[in-house]
Amino acid sequence: MDWFFNFPDMSRSDLREFKKTVDFAFTDFSRSYGADIESFFDPLLMFLVWFEKFFINTPWPLIVLGILILAWIGSRSIPVVIGTFLSFMLIGYFGMWEDTMSTLAIILVATFLCISIGIPMGIAMARSNKVQALIVPILDVMQTIPSFVYLIPVVMLLGIGKVPGLIAVCIYAIPPIVRLTNLGIRLVDKDVLEAADSFGANYWQKLFGVQMPLALPTIFAGVNQTIMMALAMVVIASMIGVKGLGLPVLRAISNQYLALGLMNGLAIVVLAIIFDRVTQKFGLRMQKYRNDGKD
Amino acid sequence: MSKNDILIKVNQLYKIFGDNSNEALDLVKDGMGKDELLEKCNCVLGLNNINLDISKAKIQVVMGLSGSGKSTLIRHLNRLIEPTSGEILVNEQDILSLSQKELVQFRQNNMSMVFQKFALFPHKTVLQNVGYGLAIQNIPVDEWDERAKKWISRVGLDGYETYYPGQLSGGMQQRVGLARALATDAEILLMDEAFSALDPLIRSEMQNILLDLQSELHKTIIFITHDLDEALKIGDRIAILRDGSMVQDSDPQKIIMKPADDYVSDFIKDINRARVIQAKSIMTPFRSKSSGATVKEDMVLEDILQIMSDAPSKPVTIEDTKGNITGKIEMVNLIEGMKRPESQGTNITG
Repeated sequence: MDWFFNFPDMSRSDLREFKKTVDFAFTDFSRSYGADIESFFDPLLMFLVWFEKFFINTPWPLIVLGILILAWIGSRSIPVVIGTFLSFMLIGYFGMWEDTMSTLAIILVATFLCISIGIPMGIAMARSNKVQALIVPILDVMQTIPSFVYLIPVVMLLGIGKVPGLIAVCIYAIPPIVRLTNLGIRLVDKDVLEAADSFGANYWQKLFGVQMPLALPTIFAGVNQTIMMALAMVVIASMIGVKGLGLPVLRAISNQYLALGLMNGLAIVVLAIIFDRVTQKFGLRMQKYRNDGKD
Repeated sequence: MSKNDILIKVNQLYKIFGDNSNEALDLVKDGMGKDELLEKCNCVLGLNNINLDISKAKIQVVMGLSGSGKSTLIRHLNRLIEPTSGEILVNEQDILSLSQKELVQFRQNNMSMVFQKFALFPHKTVLQNVGYGLAIQNIPVDEWDERAKKWISRVGLDGYETYYPGQLSGGMQQRVGLARALATDAEILLMDEAFSALDPLIRSEMQNILLDLQSELHKTIIFITHDLDEALKIGDRIAILRDGSMVQDSDPQKIIMKPADDYVSDFIKDINRARVIQAKSIMTPFRSKSSGATVKEDMVLEDILQIMSDAPSKPVTIEDTKGNITGKIEMVNLIEGMKRPESQGTNITG
């Protein structure tokens, strides 16, 4: 009856052997291919470095002006623009300008990367139920697995630095854009698609002329979520060498600096709120035709 | 009617929805009905041995209650639905043999469709909607722009070009739907309960627009409806479907005078017979002039009654559109015509 009270698990030596095999296999893999993979990501690294330098080296009034203009184009709302202006002034005044620019750079690059990979993935999922059945569980894993777990292989493979940080952010942030692209396309009214069919539209004409435009508000909700999740990863990414607002927070945790942690944490919150308001207002404007909108 | 006038020919068309449609097909051909098939094979019988000849430049109405297969039938004509078995010829070309690419061509050039729920593109303006069929043929904007505007004005929507469908009323939206279908200059127009979602006044207005356009364009129109008044108003010929089978396909007058079975009788029992039955359906053939007034053969009973009430004993003379005398009508014919007919009990087409 021993098996009834104690789980009949594998022996300790077998287990150690098993873990060792996995570890060694991956170490071997990263030794033989690590350099290749790293050089594969070189263009990305160069772009990221260039982008970050651009943000840090451009005089701050120009950056603020640019951001305000973008906020206006996105939201067309005076309160949002004023809020954005005050937030950036405060961030600068409290000495967090450079870190904020670094964070902004990595968030934008990560978002761009997620969109350019995620939207085609979503389209493929919407086209075929088989592809959907394959990708959904992968997305589930990506969203629920503790980030520290996939940091391990990423760091083993690529070391510490910006690129592994970027990859970690993307793994965490890409699922919403994929899911919502898929959902948005699948939710397009069947009658409207049938009409397009009856006039002899081919697959691409339907995709770009009907499905994507009608799915755009949903896709945009995905972009919004992706940005929010990327921001949430900033602190964790700083553990593997990404500069920005996350690093001071990390320092604050280990040394119990309350003010430092609070300030940088709030700066992340402020960035998140600005991104969220601007993209949401933009998303709403895109579906104006649904209500009364004649513009 | 000569053979050349037939534009669309549907031969022994079967459609069975479900997994084992081929096994089910054999059962249906052996005479199994819809309910039994659902129970035994878990398949839904969509269309059961449909044979239909549709004449060029005429309005063919297909009627039936919901679930009778009429929308399924119309979607076979442009292959939005693939049949389980059968043959569909358009201009003597078998459209079931078209490749995907040819099918796209065929849909672009030969057939266009108007939908019950309008199915306009909500993100496109009225102008872009109407020009859609042209735009996807890769015709440049400045070329289709003119044509689309012409059709918008033809359906009476001048000045609404830049509006979005969501800003228009139901009636106006369906005018856009109609203009969109007409803009491709396709010879065949499929209308799937196109006016059913509109309120009665607007519906009647749309019917008039359609008849008006038809007198000028002479399209071949397949019009689906569940409304007999509508069918009688616009149909040159009416086919009635029940549970996927064709019950009767004939001249509208014959549907009223000689319903094929109880199902059709049920359909026609609520109509105002005096307003739809024409003189030619009740007259006694007669070559010479009678004592009463002379009227055209397509005059309806109500109007004849009005004329005869002045002199009830004098039979009226009936003449055809060319002015030849073809018959006479006496009071007793009128009474006979008003009476609801017994169903014929057997299926008739003719």
